[in-house]
Amino acid sequence: MTTVSMTVNGKTVSGEVEDRTLLVQFLRENLELTGTHVGCDTSQCGVCVIHMDGKAIKSCTTLAVQASGSTLTTIEGLAPGDELHPVQKAFREHHGLQCGFCTPGMVMAAVDMIDRLGPNLDEATIRHELEGNICRCTGYHNIVKAIKAAADEMAALPQAAE
Amino acid sequence: MYETNYHRAGSLAEAESAIAAAEDGKFLAGGQTLIPTMKQRLAAPTDLVDLRHLGELKGISKQGDGSIRIGAGTCHADVAGSPEVQAAVPGLAALAGMIGDPHVRYMGTIGGSIANNDPAADYPAALMALGASIETNKRTLAAEDFFTGMFETALEDDEIVIAVTFPACAKSAYAKFPNPASRYAMAGVFVAKDDDGVRVAVTGAGQDGVFRAGDMEQALGANWSADAIAGIEVPADNMLSDIHGSAEYRANLVKVMAKRAVASLS
Repeated sequence: MTTVSMTVNGKTVSGEVEDRTLLVQFLRENLELTGTHVGCDTSQCGVCVIHMDGKAIKSCTTLAVQASGSTLTTIEGLAPGDELHPVQKAFREHHGLQCGFCTPGMVMAAVDMIDRLGPNLDEATIRHELEGNICRCTGYHNIVKAIKAAADEMAALPQAAE
Repeated sequence: MYETNYHRAGSLAEAESAIAAAEDGKFLAGGQTLIPTMKQRLAAPTDLVDLRHLGELKGISKQGDGSIRIGAGTCHADVAGSPEVQAAVPGLAALAGMIGDPHVRYMGTIGGSIANNDPAADYPAALMALGASIETNKRTLAAEDFFTGMFETALEDDEIVIAVTFPACAKSAYAKFPNPASRYAMAGVFVAKDDDGVRVAVTGAGQDGVFRAGDMEQALGANWSADAIAGIEVPADNMLSDIHGSAEYRANLVKVMAKRAVASLS
């Protein structure tokens, strides 16, 4: 067992874990942050995407011990207060989800995409950048629409970016 | 995943001693291949020695002779986004931007990728076609001598990749046909042209991992155009064959990817 400590959604947390514990298990089972999901278990579907030190990573393909000392943001910590993050708001407004299982990963991937590429995103770029996130319900159309709308809103309000 | 013991190395010396003390240890870089492999219980190292926090393995620098040195711990996203790499070896930057997906590219590293030498990984094609050299904690190796077969390299168990140096090559391009689910190459072809001639390397398709395509190099040396490849027969007898594609299908993909890579440069 190893003691890990990290900053998650602005709070310092620590826990005792087996070295083989995946980061997503630590988040879900130790911290009870169950917004981050486990889908394919083969590093392909992207429902486990969180931000580690400001970058979108797959928490099912990272050990909790690897993340010790890092700063993480999960879907639960994205909205600063009671108001949704612009990407979350856009997913709601544009019906960017049906069953919702992929949504946390999609939202975290979208926030990273806008951070990295800037808010002037065209549809082809958004679709290409979503290659690490799989949705089985929507056909992606409304997800792409939501990300475009959020990017446009964030272009108008750059300080709203994470 | 079976039990394992994690060690975070604070220096190269610490990494060397941790691996020496381990019963069956493995170096862990970004973990984007090793951790999925351990989850499937296809690998079960007793110990993991994490190299991700070693500053001396990170960074990209242009050398005096115009070549580009990339620290082994540099992630794919940093290679893809580097203005130095984009200017000196555009095909390499483009290749790095095609590995996996954005999330994998933040964690996966060039050193980890080549040390694993997955027959479907992208980087080996670039190293072979560009004639890169690989610096380890023990010696410097040419790419030709480094990759020795499927999942096999010249690395010893306690040898750590420090950096990879690529000669500048303005006319360089990579085309791949990714597996739709895994994004690994089913065939990936890197072409590089300089004053000394043309080099072509193929990944994803061969049973023994990355290989040079001598016939294509000669044909392109004489006639730098996608048409030059049209008449070349790629033999299927040493190609991978699996549920994703037969050997014949992959042989054809190699030809198509080579044509696309050359066409993108002309």
